[in-house]
Amino acid sequence: MKRFFAQCYIWLLLIVLYAPIVFIAVFSFTESKVLGNWTGFSTKLYSNLFTGNMQGTGSLMSAIENTIVIALIAATVSTVLGTIAAIGIHNMRGRGKQAITFLNNIPMLNPDIITGVSLFLLFVFLHISQGYVTVVLAHITFCTPYVVLNVLPKLTQMNPNVYEAALDLGATPFQALRKVLIPLLKPGMISGFILAFTMSLDDFAVTFFTRGTIGLDTLSTYIYTDARKGGLTPELRPLITLLFVGILILLIIINMRKMRSSNTAAE
Amino acid sequence: MKESKKIIEFKNISKSFGDKTVLDDVSLYINRGEFVTILGPSGCGKTTLLRILAGFGTADSGQVLINGVDITDVPPHKRPVNTVFQRYALFPHLDVYDNIAFGLKLKKVPENEIDKRVRKVLKMVSMNDYEDRDVESLSGGQQQRVAIARAIVGQPTVLLLDEPLAALDLKMRKDMQIELKEMHKKLGITFVYVTHDQEEALTLSDTIVVMNEGKIQQIGTPTDIYNEPQNSFVADFIGESNILNGKMIKDRLVEFVGHEFECVDEGFGENVDVDVVVRPEDIYIMNRLDGAQITAKVKSCTFKGVHYEMFVDTDKGYELMIQDYNAFEPESEVGLIIRPADIQVMKKERTCNTFEGEIVDETHVRFLGENFECKAHGLEAGEKVTVQVAFSKVDLIDHPEDGMLSGDVYFMLYKGDHYHLTIMTDDGDHIWVDTNDIWDKGDLVGINIAAKDIKIVK
Amino acid sequence: MNRRSSWALPYAIFLVLFVALPLILIMVYAFQDGSGNFTFGNFTKFFTDADAIGTFALSLEVAIENTILCILLGYPAAWILANKKLNRSAVTIVLFIMPMWINALMRTLATAELFHMLGVQLGKGTLLVGMVYDYLPFMIYPIYNILNKMDKSYAEAALDLGATPWQVFWKVQVPLSMPGVTSGIMMVFMPTVSTFAISEFLTNNKIKLFGTIIQENINSSMWNYGAALSLVMLVIIGITSLLQDNKEEVGGGTV
Repeated sequence: MKRFFAQCYIWLLLIVLYAPIVFIAVFSFTESKVLGNWTGFSTKLYSNLFTGNMQGTGSLMSAIENTIVIALIAATVSTVLGTIAAIGIHNMRGRGKQAITFLNNIPMLNPDIITGVSLFLLFVFLHISQGYVTVVLAHITFCTPYVVLNVLPKLTQMNPNVYEAALDLGATPFQALRKVLIPLLKPGMISGFILAFTMSLDDFAVTFFTRGTIGLDTLSTYIYTDARKGGLTPELRPLITLLFVGILILLIIINMRKMRSSNTAAE
Repeated sequence: MKESKKIIEFKNISKSFGDKTVLDDVSLYINRGEFVTILGPSGCGKTTLLRILAGFGTADSGQVLINGVDITDVPPHKRPVNTVFQRYALFPHLDVYDNIAFGLKLKKVPENEIDKRVRKVLKMVSMNDYEDRDVESLSGGQQQRVAIARAIVGQPTVLLLDEPLAALDLKMRKDMQIELKEMHKKLGITFVYVTHDQEEALTLSDTIVVMNEGKIQQIGTPTDIYNEPQNSFVADFIGESNILNGKMIKDRLVEFVGHEFECVDEGFGENVDVDVVVRPEDIYIMNRLDGAQITAKVKSCTFKGVHYEMFVDTDKGYELMIQDYNAFEPESEVGLIIRPADIQVMKKERTCNTFEGEIVDETHVRFLGENFECKAHGLEAGEKVTVQVAFSKVDLIDHPEDGMLSGDVYFMLYKGDHYHLTIMTDDGDHIWVDTNDIWDKGDLVGINIAAKDIKIVK
Repeated sequence: MNRRSSWALPYAIFLVLFVALPLILIMVYAFQDGSGNFTFGNFTKFFTDADAIGTFALSLEVAIENTILCILLGYPAAWILANKKLNRSAVTIVLFIMPMWINALMRTLATAELFHMLGVQLGKGTLLVGMVYDYLPFMIYPIYNILNKMDKSYAEAALDLGATPWQVFWKVQVPLSMPGVTSGIMMVFMPTVSTFAISEFLTNNKIKLFGTIIQENINSSMWNYGAALSLVMLVIIGITSLLQDNKEEVGGGTV
């Protein structure tokens, strides 16, 4: 009985939580300009989205492209920078370690708007004209801490002697890094990369403050501007639906892999 | 031992971490082909010494030579030594075969040669058929074998083993000891083995180096170390022993536990305080009282598998540990005999606490960083003096905050009728205390010294 | 060993340049007027502007209300999800976590559109509901995590010592899960108090929050005033995170 009520609560909450998205998804299959007005089943909005047969599609497509490219660059650089940093931090002691850990925590604790404003002021102060490069730098700033945080535990779990064992067996420090350290840190680097990638994809506020005035748009800033113009462009409905389904599939894959790896570990 | 036999030589190695001196001017050489064990309690500096030899740590001063060549500044991957690590340090992302082949692949050894050598060492550690196994799926003992195989496949001149058996259970440890010994014979290379397990050291080694507090205490064969410990630390650390205060009356005559005994030691002088070590199995115990050197009453008797371990109170009130194949009932009166050759007489390392001090005023002297009340009449303030405090005159109290000084019990010896403790003060100084109270190693204590017990020597 | 610690150097320089320096610049700009002279003017302007103070108070109010609502709704959900007797499926957990992965702007837009279609007047009510929508998963996740990892023997020990299940819940499980609640508070309160776009969508620009004022000032080149407002927000954030640190020390051993 208790279980029944508990399940009711959970599912009620889920239904309410998902209502907006489900609603958008449903109305992505009709042509109506106004939401909630069902004008019959149609995939026209989808074909519009892909063929570009809509107003301002060019900028939407380039916004999507920007979002993905920026996320890829930021996540890659963050992973490299963060992994090297994590190895360094792991081998540090005392005050230096405290200081760098403190600084590393700041971008994660700070609200996006503070990160955005502070970086905006930095670029103003340094007279750097804002655009693609500043957005990428800003994304690296808030992505790297997550990589560091994902790689550090792998270092603490690691037998402290494996690096030395590699040296002992004749590996140069670089070979020991490439053949032993990196393979062992890989799981942390991958989850750090994924996290950095999604953080960058999701970001709105930091991009908003650091993109300058050259008309650079990511998906977030595009949607923001578009929605402020009044109402949601109908073609964004299929886009939101597709992104949602994409993330759903990604999460299912990740969770299945997790379960499989925990199963094999248990064997 | 001839010069040319030396393969490893440490020259005046010193190392400290912060304030703590881990190695204090250690000099040592190791002969080619020997099985050498560096033995000591945790924190004695043995692992640090090994790491300096492998190249993972650097000494603050001193030199390391291998085959007469100074390798002090050679990075670890260029040294002709390989290490078996305490917790194996196998590469978890590689299988057994690739773990062992790791070093050979780096050296670009031809594939078929690698294959031959890997299979050979796998056979040597009886792990053939395990090539493709994931190292994390292996048991501790199997991982240990792979770690050894990985270290010897590169044919190092010296194999370093850092407490390699510490993580194994007793049965497995015994088996591996025998295998290591055989492997040493077969390979003919030098083994440097680090352990805190005295039994392991006695079983395996050609030579044992006993270390404590960053210093070498004694170097010798297992028999030497066991039968003729050079100081009370070695006597206590290696095997079971009765360590007693004694007095050398004259050559070949020593007094302890209130009796005089003939012994074989000479040259200590007359009426000199000494430490006496008698191994528990070297005391003859019998029901007959006549003809016995000491009479005693059995306090307890425990069966230990092969022998019985008994504690007896002697007629003069000392407690002795005795091991014998026969059991003697508690409360029974027994006679004891100790043969002259079984009495090991050692020079006392110290006879009282000695500190550097400075006179503060007529009634105070400063040492160990505190001002102590004392009688210092006729001495100038600021005068440098030596302060002596008898072992038995140092008071230990339960609450560290109530003492002039505080510290912890670092080392303890039972001397038949009292405990001889080494107290490490919070500032890292040593104070030695004789007491009848029972303390445990690691206990936090307060330390007080009464004014009348502080003796000042100019 | 020591040589490898130097690997942190590039990142240390990066952090100083892109994290420390920008924060210092906020402080510098906050105490300067437009021509670079030292002044408290930006702060006097803020503290004497009834509108700005009103917006600030409203932002705090909305953030606190949102946080409380998220705890009230989220704690039971997390508790049920972590309780093997009440919930056996892993799917529900994934479903609760998933919204965290979706762009907040999109979720907000969808919510706003739903309100629009249902004919609900956009205002403070929709703002709160929309924010709960957005941030509930961020409250559930940390609480679920800590409850899930909690050693069952604590509850069993309490039962063994004669506590009723209700007492076990209030006297053992709730106190032990506090670190999860505090990190939930951090994850909900901080973004809500600083949000700007979300409030605009959910109220059709009728209600301005503090974040919006910062954004407007920065965008209209009032950098110094914008920096001063950011500094005020930083102080709020700082106080909140201090709160968490202290709490975490109390419950630190249980994590």
